[in-house]
Amino acid sequence: MPEATDAPISAATSLALDRTAAIPGGGRAGGGGQDEIEEWHSPRLLAENLRVYASNRIALGGAVFLVLVLIFCYLGPLLYQTNQVSTNLLNGNLSPSPSHLLGTSPEGRDTLGRLMLGGQSTLEVALAVAAIATVFGTLWGAIAGLIGGVLDALMMRIVDAMLSIPFLFFVVLLAALVQPSLPVIILAIASVSWLSTARLVRGEVLSLRTRDYVAAARCFGGGSWRIVFRHLLPNALGVVVVNGTLKVADAILTFAAISFLGLGVPPPATSWGQLLTTGINNLFNGYWWELWPAGLLIVLTVIAINVMGDGLRDVVEKRLQQR
Amino acid sequence: MTRYIVQRLLQSILVMLLVSILVFTLLHLLPGGLVRAQLGPKASPHAVAQLAAQEGLNRPLPVQYGIWLWQALHGNLGFSYKLNSPVSTLLAEYFPRDLLMVGIALFLAIALSIPLGLIQGIRRNRDIDYGLSFLLLALYSMPSFLLGVIGIILFNIEFNLLPPTAIHFGVNFGDSVSALVLPTGTLMLGNVAYFSRYMRSAVIDNLLEDYVRTARSKGAGWGRVLSRHVLRNSMLPTVSLIGISFPYVISGSLIVEALFDFPGTGLLFWNGAQDRDYPVLLGVILLISTAVVVGNLVADLLYMVLDPRIRYA
Repeated sequence: MPEATDAPISAATSLALDRTAAIPGGGRAGGGGQDEIEEWHSPRLLAENLRVYASNRIALGGAVFLVLVLIFCYLGPLLYQTNQVSTNLLNGNLSPSPSHLLGTSPEGRDTLGRLMLGGQSTLEVALAVAAIATVFGTLWGAIAGLIGGVLDALMMRIVDAMLSIPFLFFVVLLAALVQPSLPVIILAIASVSWLSTARLVRGEVLSLRTRDYVAAARCFGGGSWRIVFRHLLPNALGVVVVNGTLKVADAILTFAAISFLGLGVPPPATSWGQLLTTGINNLFNGYWWELWPAGLLIVLTVIAINVMGDGLRDVVEKRLQQR
Repeated sequence: MTRYIVQRLLQSILVMLLVSILVFTLLHLLPGGLVRAQLGPKASPHAVAQLAAQEGLNRPLPVQYGIWLWQALHGNLGFSYKLNSPVSTLLAEYFPRDLLMVGIALFLAIALSIPLGLIQGIRRNRDIDYGLSFLLLALYSMPSFLLGVIGIILFNIEFNLLPPTAIHFGVNFGDSVSALVLPTGTLMLGNVAYFSRYMRSAVIDNLLEDYVRTARSKGAGWGRVLSRHVLRNSMLPTVSLIGISFPYVISGSLIVEALFDFPGTGLLFWNGAQDRDYPVLLGVILLISTAVVVGNLVADLLYMVLDPRIRYA
């Protein structure tokens, strides 16, 4: 079976990056010399990694854009104060004017303020999903890969089974069964998002545990826990971080999709996906300010996060190359 | 080879069983349960208990699962009270339309990504590669319903060439064709971004292979090397992606069908979710998961037939 660790979830982009420059899984130099390797969090290594990342201008641009989006969503409401709670149908669907820079929504709320508010929930859901999915998927994959045998087979068949349910159907099922709220939406998306991480980490663990330095550590009397925490996890960390970054982007898209299906957060809360859906419902009325700003924010943010993920992959692969 | 096939078959059956257990348990763990969903929140405890007994819902879950599985294997997937029809009848009506739409979308996506990836691979890190990469990245980063809306704006609002919905699908041949274009195109474009990325890296990998140098040094022209060696070897992994991409394409069809009102299982499922029509939800999930598992199996076996390295291993 073609291995699906790099399933579409992480198959985001290869913009300007040459994936063949990466050393394929088996080709990473396994050699010893681990005693001289610094901790991954040493200041020198972090600075070095930052320099490699920043040398990729597209990845840097992605990071800058994301910072701007964060400023817009979290500091914007302080500068541009709007009433996002009460509705005023008489002021509904107003076109942009000095008092409402991007017009108003059908309920008469300021659209620009709404984009800030919706951005907060969108980014929070996406980050929470990526964090939960990464931690859980890493644990699941690491346990399956380390213990092996029947447990491994069973754990991976469970992953296979869940992967064969088209993920959006599963998320819609969960969101429909329980009243949608932010925690429910986060858990529903995370419940499908961890699967590819589990596969990826299991593969990494299986390949890392056969390395010479693990055998060497064992020879020197290193216990299982020491090997897991000192050797396996730090070495798998890079791949996991890249995967987690791309998951943020995918979670934004999935959240938008379930918001479109009417299973988003209840009002007065909102999300970019919900705002975009409002714009679509008014498509034939020509209220462009309800459609394009939300759509553009989603697309540009997802692009920014994807190119950041690719930039991080570059950093990780450069490090692996040096070993 | 027979061993491998048998192994894959058993694996698929195990996965299907796990799917059914998972979905069945999930639906029965609902707050309020299936009976409340049918009778509504105001039903008296007596009526709830009566219906539960009548439907066998007061028995232990494993027993219920056994009965349900036995029935499902005989083609009885329950009855939709909301649509007043057996679920299997509904699925038989809706699912072929999905097969048509998803099939065309996948075929076109592959047909488009192979040349795109080839161009990008050959001209890698040139302007055309960057341009296409960015375009495909933008496509990949776009919610599929926004892509569909852009299609509606272009082909309906601006030029009035195509209908904005697919509700007239099946009325007559002409209506069906024009109703299919936008949903299928939306579904296809989302996948082009995904397939061509793989094709591109496969082409780049293959261009560095020794056999390309050998063929060149034996005097074969670039055209021949590209078409006889690089293209053929790169197409294999890309085509095998069809199997893996199945769940994603079907997920995409849920959105597309909801946007265009295309009468497929995605729309059936979405309406079922809003009406809490549990037999329909269970039936649809089971059917599409089976389609995914079978699709994966067929893709694997096909790959084996096409790739001599696996066939003779």
